[in-house]
Amino acid sequence: MADLFGVKPVFLWSDILLWSLLAGCVLLAFYCRRHDYLRRAWRRVGESSAAMASATLLTAFIAVGLLDSLHYQPRLPAKEGSTEVQYAPEVLSALDALLADLRLKKEKTYSAPLATHAFAKETVERDGVQTRDFPRLQHAGRHLEDLAQHRDDLIARAAAGAFRGALLWAAFTGIVVGLIALSHRTRYADTCRAVWRPALSASRPVAWRAVLLTAAVLCVAGGVMAGWADGYHVFGTDKVGQDVLYLSLKSVRTALLIGTLTTLVTLPLSIALGLIAGFRGGWWDDAIQYLYTVLNSIPGVLLIAAMVLMMQVVIDTHPEWFETAAERADARLLALCFILGLTSWTGLCRLLRAETLKLRELDYVQAARAFGVADTRIMARHLLPNLMHIVLIALVMDFSGLVLSEAVLSYIGIGVDSTQNSFGTMINAARLELSREPVVWWSLAAAFVLMLALVLAANLFADAVRDAFDPRFQWRARRMPRRAAA
Amino acid sequence: MIAYIVRRLLYALPILIGVNLITFVLFFVVNSPDDMARMQLGAKRVTPEAIEKWKAERGYDRPLVWNAEAPGLAKATDTILFDKSVRMFAFDFGRADDGRDIALEIRSRMGPSLAIALPTFLLGLFVTVSFALLLVFFRHTALDVGGVVLCVVAMSISGLFYIIGGQYLVSKVWNLVPISGYAPGLDAARFLILPVLISVIGGIGSSARWYRTLFLEEINKDYVRTARAKGLSELRVLFRHVLKNAMIPILTGVVVVIPMLFMGSLLLESFFGIPGLGSYTIDAINAQDFAVVRSMVFIGSVLYIVGLLLTDISYTLVDPRVRLN
Repeated sequence: MADLFGVKPVFLWSDILLWSLLAGCVLLAFYCRRHDYLRRAWRRVGESSAAMASATLLTAFIAVGLLDSLHYQPRLPAKEGSTEVQYAPEVLSALDALLADLRLKKEKTYSAPLATHAFAKETVERDGVQTRDFPRLQHAGRHLEDLAQHRDDLIARAAAGAFRGALLWAAFTGIVVGLIALSHRTRYADTCRAVWRPALSASRPVAWRAVLLTAAVLCVAGGVMAGWADGYHVFGTDKVGQDVLYLSLKSVRTALLIGTLTTLVTLPLSIALGLIAGFRGGWWDDAIQYLYTVLNSIPGVLLIAAMVLMMQVVIDTHPEWFETAAERADARLLALCFILGLTSWTGLCRLLRAETLKLRELDYVQAARAFGVADTRIMARHLLPNLMHIVLIALVMDFSGLVLSEAVLSYIGIGVDSTQNSFGTMINAARLELSREPVVWWSLAAAFVLMLALVLAANLFADAVRDAFDPRFQWRARRMPRRAAA
Repeated sequence: MIAYIVRRLLYALPILIGVNLITFVLFFVVNSPDDMARMQLGAKRVTPEAIEKWKAERGYDRPLVWNAEAPGLAKATDTILFDKSVRMFAFDFGRADDGRDIALEIRSRMGPSLAIALPTFLLGLFVTVSFALLLVFFRHTALDVGGVVLCVVAMSISGLFYIIGGQYLVSKVWNLVPISGYAPGLDAARFLILPVLISVIGGIGSSARWYRTLFLEEINKDYVRTARAKGLSELRVLFRHVLKNAMIPILTGVVVVIPMLFMGSLLLESFFGIPGLGSYTIDAINAQDFAVVRSMVFIGSVLYIVGLLLTDISYTLVDPRVRLN
């Protein structure tokens, strides 16, 4: 394997899939640009402030997730007298490299957010006398000579961080407005005014203001946190002393993977089977309906549990398949996506079948049949494009549900590998901390805030997409039983 | 009606066979009993004898589908398929890994599960429908918008946080009810109030929003306008006309769940230490007790099919246009 910049790149399967999914999205975007009805639908999404604000937030999450999907193994320092190149067994990601500070600054155990002292008392020696006291943290607030400065130091750091964030935001705004001005061929100052006061312009414009405001909040909050993270643990540390901010940022990738890769399994199954069942009818239809009724009749959680238990046995009995622990956790994550996909394609399939039944009777399909066009070609050319809006809506609507179910499944013990950072494992590890005295609340709070931000943004975005692509309501009908089952 | 029900029950048979085949393939073909034995025994104690003993104790030492060595009819019956899967149709689930009879265990755990699931279901339905009607009554006002925003935020919070947060606030900070536990009889109310409340509140978001859209769809129809034109008050229109007509889509989502109430709730029961079927399932999953998981899958699908049947029957009750034949 190539040795770039002194590291060995590692391609985990989930990385490859995630990046190819991104490539697919880019291709899809080009496809949408070329087709007028799709472009108009996406424009309707863009006109919604809530959708654009959530899209900005989601982009930030995706950026974190993608950074965390560039994996490598660092090179170990060469041994004396040996020219052989050795690589560390642990697999790191680009995000780990960026956050090396957070990752390596481990404390002994719990510490509160922004604290200078540990959470639990220890026996410390002071002036030759042993006393029980809260020891200073090893990596937080070391630069403070006098603890009275703690408060002032926090404020100063926050202000400096916020200023840096504001600068970043100004640069971002300049670029965005510049791009808009370029594409609309308008003057820069006019564009600024149009973006800031959209009521002045004639048609309903894209809600760029929401994007910029969200970006402002993100930049300033990010700046403040970066300022603090330099000298403190912003969200505190967990039981084994790991920085909670680092853990929660690492969890984003897992949530994104579960939310997106699962659809890679769902889509082919439900599109192919739904089309065939609806279009061919007869024997095919009966068989496919039987299949999804059977799968549907098993309560979702139990089917997932049964499959995950079996997968665990397979993975545990074949340790030789995986070179590193990361690969093993990755395989488990992918298997979980696969299982979630296998158990959740039925709803979409039923929708697509019903829609195909309707489309099949339309004149243009009948005409194509009369001309003797092959079945597969009719399905691909005439039916599939007219089903795409259903697929797209299902895709975005399922995302938030999948992120939430990952947390529940990991809690039950049938989710991701326990070594994999995820919101579920974070909550699971922290669920007993509220019963401690005094309360350790920060891990849960961090997981709560990040999950809420991610899922809320996904929900709002999905709503806008649904409204833009199909104003009728058949979607939530499909979602309801699933949620009830969980 | 009776003929319809009988026919539907007969339709259920191939579905149950399918469910059984899936679990059989999952539990015995994807992984051979040898793999399971190795996993259960742990790496240290794996010897061929130990595996054989483990399999013999649980009856996994027979052929999968065809026992060529057995005499006569036993060729088909003295197999894992018959013993572990076909017997389920008679609700004979065999024994769990700890040696207890699964059917007996299920029967004794159904009570606590129902004690928590039934009040949750009824109260939840009442609260969400009332909340949705309230939003519809104040439609296109700030209250409606605020309510919908609240719903979207509420449904974006993981159920785990409702439970953890509720337990912390009510039981620990305010000291109102015990944190977890269960007592038989009326004494159980003390332990049940909190989980019921938490799951009702946790469920409001998605259901109330969904019911609201259903009501809003009805509210623009002609018959509602007629009702208003007759001079009926808005409240009366909502309760007598809109609610009645929106019942069909509501029933679709609701009645299916009723039989599943027996299964209990995985999360609530394990957090609150209630000895119901949900915590039984979780314990089985954690202990990798495959016999119990298999039985729960079977029962779950039986209950689901019953739920579908009940849904169809309930349609005839609320909508006289629907005839079952």
